[in-house]
Parts: sequence; C-alpha cells; structure tokens
Amino acid sequence: MILRRSATRALAVLGATALVGLALTGCSVGGGGGSSSDGNSISLLAGGNDPLATKTAKDIAAAFMKKYPSIKVKVDTRPGGTDGDNLIKTRLSTKTMDDVFFYNSGSLLQALHPDQTLQPLGNEPWAASVSKDFKAAVSTSKGMYGAPFGSTFDGGVMYNKKVYAKLGLSVPDTWAEFISNSQKIKAAGIVPVVQSYGDTWTSQLFVLADFANVSAQDPNWAANYTANKAKYVNPPALAGFQDTEEVHKLGLLNKDFASLTNVNALKMLATGQAAQYPMITVVIGNVIQSNPDQVNDIGYFAMPTANGNSHATVWEANGAYIPLSTTGAKLASAKKLVAFLNSPEGCAVQNAAQLPAGPYATTACTVPSNAPALVADEQKYQDAGKTGLALEFISPIKGPNLEKILIQVGSGISTAAQGAALYDQDVKAQAQQLGLPGWN
Amino acid sequence: MATTNLAPTLPVGATSGGKGTGPRKKMKSFYPSWFFIPAVVMYVVFFAIPTFASFYFSLTRWSLFDSQFIGLGNFVQFFQDPQLWNGFIHTFEYGFATSAAKVVLGFALAVILTGPILARGYLRAIIFFPVLISTIGVGIMFKSLLDPFHGMVNAVLGFLHLPQPGWFTDPALALGTIAAVDIWKGVGIATLIFMAGIVAIPNEYFEAARMDGASSWAILRTITIPLSRPAMATVIILSLIGGLRSFDLIWATTGGGPGFTSDVIASVIYKQYQAGFYGLSTAGNVVLFVVVTAIMVPLSSFLNRKTVEL
Repeated sequence: MILRRSATRALAVLGATALVGLALTGCSVGGGGGSSSDGNSISLLAGGNDPLATKTAKDIAAAFMKKYPSIKVKVDTRPGGTDGDNLIKTRLSTKTMDDVFFYNSGSLLQALHPDQTLQPLGNEPWAASVSKDFKAAVSTSKGMYGAPFGSTFDGGVMYNKKVYAKLGLSVPDTWAEFISNSQKIKAAGIVPVVQSYGDTWTSQLFVLADFANVSAQDPNWAANYTANKAKYVNPPALAGFQDTEEVHKLGLLNKDFASLTNVNALKMLATGQAAQYPMITVVIGNVIQSNPDQVNDIGYFAMPTANGNSHATVWEANGAYIPLSTTGAKLASAKKLVAFLNSPEGCAVQNAAQLPAGPYATTACTVPSNAPALVADEQKYQDAGKTGLALEFISPIKGPNLEKILIQVGSGISTAAQGAALYDQDVKAQAQQLGLPGWN
Repeated sequence: MATTNLAPTLPVGATSGGKGTGPRKKMKSFYPSWFFIPAVVMYVVFFAIPTFASFYFSLTRWSLFDSQFIGLGNFVQFFQDPQLWNGFIHTFEYGFATSAAKVVLGFALAVILTGPILARGYLRAIIFFPVLISTIGVGIMFKSLLDPFHGMVNAVLGFLHLPQPGWFTDPALALGTIAAVDIWKGVGIATLIFMAGIVAIPNEYFEAARMDGASSWAILRTITIPLSRPAMATVIILSLIGGLRSFDLIWATTGGGPGFTSDVIASVIYKQYQAGFYGLSTAGNVVLFVVVTAIMVPLSSFLNRKTVEL
C-alpha cells in the first residue's frame, strides 16, 4: 500500500516535471523570434562595446535611417575578445543573432561554421568591388558570407619618427639594423622597444607580424602548416619566437613590460618616451583619442628579417554578416544595410567615425586625405608589392595559448625553442576541433 | 562524554548521521509532497540534466553547432596538455596552502576574539568584512593596490627604501600573492566558524581548569583545541573545496599568468572553453569533479568520524 502510493506520487512528480520542462522549452523557442516579423525594424550588433565600436555602429545606423526612413535600426553591443566570440557562437546556435553583425574575417569567421549559420552574400551587387584577398577571408568552398567593414591594416613596428630623426636613425630592413638602432635609442635614455603584457594579446606581434616574411621565404608554408607538415620549431617561422626572446635578453624593453597596458604603451610611443612598438596599426585609433596632436609623429615599418627584404603583414578588414535566422522582409532590410556600408555614403560615415588605419578592402571606399601618417608608410609596401596576408587569413588554425606562450618567452620564463614547441602542441586541439585532415 | 555537548556545533552534514533518524521516518512530513515539485523541477532542469548532458558532451568534439562522438579522446588530450600538470600542481599548492593558513589564522583570531579584549565587536566586524565583498571586486582592488609601478603598496615600500616586487607579474611570486589575497578574503568565515565552536564549549570546563591552576596555554591545548574539532573539520572541508576549485580570484588578478605560472585546473578549463573547445573543457570539468570528490569524500568521512569518537 505504502509502496504503491509512493510510486504514484513519484509518477505524478515525474509527469509534472516533464510538463513544466516542456513549458520551459516552449517558452524559449517562442522567445527566439520574439520581435515582429515585418522588415521595418532590424537590429545591428556592434563590433565590441568600446567607445569607438559603439559610436561607429550608432553613426552608421543613424545615417542609414536617414536614407531609409521606413526602416528602424536598433544597435546592440557586445564584449570584445574571447567573451565576444562565445557570445556570437551562442547567439548563432540558438538562432537569436542580430540581423546584421560585425565580426572578424579569416580563421575566427571559419570557427562560426558559416555554411550552417550565415546568409550567403556572394551575389549582392557590391560584391564585385571587393578585393580578392578579402573575398578569400570571408568565403568557404560553398560561398561568400561577408561584406568589408572598416579598413585593412598592417602589423609590424610602429615607431616614433621624431626620436628616429633626433638620433639620425633610418628605418631598419634587417634584424641586425633593428637591434643596432635599439641600442642607440637605449644609449639616449629612451625605451627602445615597448611591450605591454598587461594586455596579453599584445605579446604576439613579433610572431604574427613576421608572417609576411615567412611567406616570402616559403610561399607554401601556410598550406603545409594547415596540413600538419610545417612547424614553428623550424626556421623560417621560429624567427618570431627568437626575436621575442632577444629583445628581453638584451634589456631593450621598458621595465614595466609585465604590467603595462596597450593604451599606456601607445601614449609612451606617441610622446617619445618609447621609440618602437611591435603592433597592429589599427590601434592608431586609440592615439587619435588620447594624443591627437602626436598621431602623425608615429610611423610604421614592416617586421625586419635576418636577411633584409622585409614584407608588411596585412590584416584584412572585418566583415558585416547576416545570420541564416534572418529571413523574409527583415533579410531584405538587412541586405540594404550591408549594401549601404559599401556605398559612398556608408564609406563617408566610416571615415568620419574611425579614421582608417590602412587601405580599404573595397574600391567603393577611399582613404581620406586626413588619414594618419602611418597609412602612407603602409602604402609604400603595397606599391612595392612587398606585402603578405597574416596567417589567420590563409590558415584556419590559430592556437589559443599563443599570447601566454609568448609572454613566457618574452619575459625569460622559457626559451624561444621551448615556446615554439609548446605552441606546435597547442594548435593541435584547434586543428582537431575543426576536423582538418592529417591531424588525428 | 563530550559527544553530547558537541552536538550543537556539529557540521551541517553530520547532524542527520545519528542512527535513530532513518530516511523512512522523515517521509512523514507536514506538507503534501507536491510542495516539492517546484524545487524538483528546478533541480532537474538546471542541475541534473546539465550534469548528465555534460558527461555525454565530454565524450564528443563539440562546436555548439554540432557534436561528434570521439570516445575518450578529450580525456587523452586533456592529460597530454603540457599545462595541465602545471595546473594540477598549482591547484594542490594553492588549495592546501590557503586551507592550512585559514585554519591556523582563523583559529588564532577566534581565540583572541572570544577572549576579553577591547573593542571586540568592532574587531570581529573588521575580520569578517572581506567576506562580504565580491571576489572579483577584491581581485581588481588588489590588482591596483599591488601594481608594481603605480600601486599603493609598492609606493609605501619604495618610501621605506625596501625592495618593490612585482607581486602579480613576477613568475615566482604570482601564485603566492593570489593565495595571500585569498587568505585575507576567506579567513573571516573560518574565524566565524571557530568562534561559534569555541563559544559552544561549556564554561564549566574553563572554570574547573582555572580552579586547578591550569595555565592559559594548558587550557588552550587541552580544552579549546580538542573541543573545537568539529569546527575545525568544517573549516578544513570548506576551505579545501574552495581552494581546489578556486578560479574567480585568479582570473581577476593574473588570468593564470604571467604565462602559465599561476594557472590552476579551473583556469585551464576556462581557457579551453574560451578557445571554443567545448567538449575538451567539459571533459576537464568532469576530471575536476572527480578529483575534488576523490579528495573530499574520504577526508570528510575521516574528519567527521573523529568528531564522533571524541
């Protein structure tokens, strides 16, 4: 009797649980397509939540609504970095993504599985004016998924032109020249090479910005790397690790390298307290905010190499994407917004909101005459044909721990060879996660 | 003899351990059992289902968009991770160091704060205060206080012409500094538990001992310490569990850095999650769960048996 009663009870509890569970899931499914299905209001997810990304997205939305008064654009923001990556993956997989969103092109885009999550945009009218490199960075074998947003930019060394002029130095092409310049700068009481491991991502530039030089020496390196054949422990790719080690060993770094942040390192560079900073030029946007009078004191040169003939490593523009969950009238409106970005009006808004840090990836936009001085330095490498894409645009593999490994190398905790070996291990998980052939 | 007196201070888990109260008797409740449904639903939906789902997903390569069954591959890879052993060692160092320090310091403070001293209530509040602050807040606060170049602590040290170490940026110091901050934050709760334990010891023992001419040291050694054993068990268990799975403070201060020098298992797992290796990081969580259980279950039963034998 007691047994039977408790059994019925247990059943009742189970049944109720199942019912409530169903109700809960029902709710969340309903919540996904919550807003009205007409195309008159769409949402736009900014490329971050910093002031620059937020302002750019808001300016674009405002200019777009002025041109198309019948469509309302709501701007959302998101965190940057890896938290942002996870937010985007979660929203895409739960079909709750904004109708248009800004995100990286290249290997980070590939990790979103664009074939299953994004609307193909290859047949849009603006697609014809997009550069070949950018097309490759937003395409899979099945189609093209993104429109360029913002300019391309270069990685290499940002340097203070006034310090160079005062000490009578010339832009180095070989690593030996770079070191000898640095020694002279140090003798003059100025920090030769500034590093900012307080923002861990900034530790990677000696390696990442050296990649055009690797490609120049071995054009098949990226393909071999993707196929598990080329490794960082061997030259030419090892050079970036050795450079990271050497600047620390020779005492060329600022003494607070372990805690300094990117923004403060840029202030040191702009004011001439430091002379050289291995960086990506897109961060010039921060100098425009913090030291507007010194923006044009900062120049750019490509990462020097052992034998000279240095090449500039190019980062492709970010992309604007539309998720597969946006359909019907909303899709038409979202496509209008993406097309607007690649129109003269859209380019004008981009130029006004964030000065370009390099050439545009589409012929629809042109760099304005008030662009920072380092853009002209980047253009010299373009004109000479001495550029190459960063590894993340030609190989889907990027190990998650590179920045930490390079901090170890760059602060003397481990050697360049140890660091490179560790990184070769680190990329294995990423390659397997992507299901690449040759990695099992 | 002491067993009965100790009853009020037994740790939560031990109160229902007596022989007379079987689970069958407890079924007779004042309330109909459907009162439990909301709690059961919450438990199943937000705890039981995710837990069992995570056991499954730890056996897959999972991208959030799709998953592919790969058997024990994630566990193999997790144990091959060169950072993992580092993380394991740091976890144990951190867990045992913070736990031991909290027991010793917490007990010492509890003895002082239960004695007849000036401003006792005020001092008790001060000791307990850090417990009330959010861990992330504590981390950010100490990160700026201990900044090697702009921090207040090093400014004072520099004024006194003492060395100014890079508390969170020197690889040799980072983990120790975090452990020290953790102790500062957590010692209040240990003190509180010890105080409850000490206050519950009947005054007659102390009076009788004093009557017999026992010194303060002898009283401490033969009365206070043995009779606070249940409190000690609770403090050890709570602080060790907290130490072994600690993450938030480490993430807020160093993020496991510089390099990997303050990485613990939890931060290794979180970084794998950040990198998008959802299956791998789920496998890591299963490993962490097993490790913590394997340490805590025997330890807890050992400590609790001791209290009963007293």
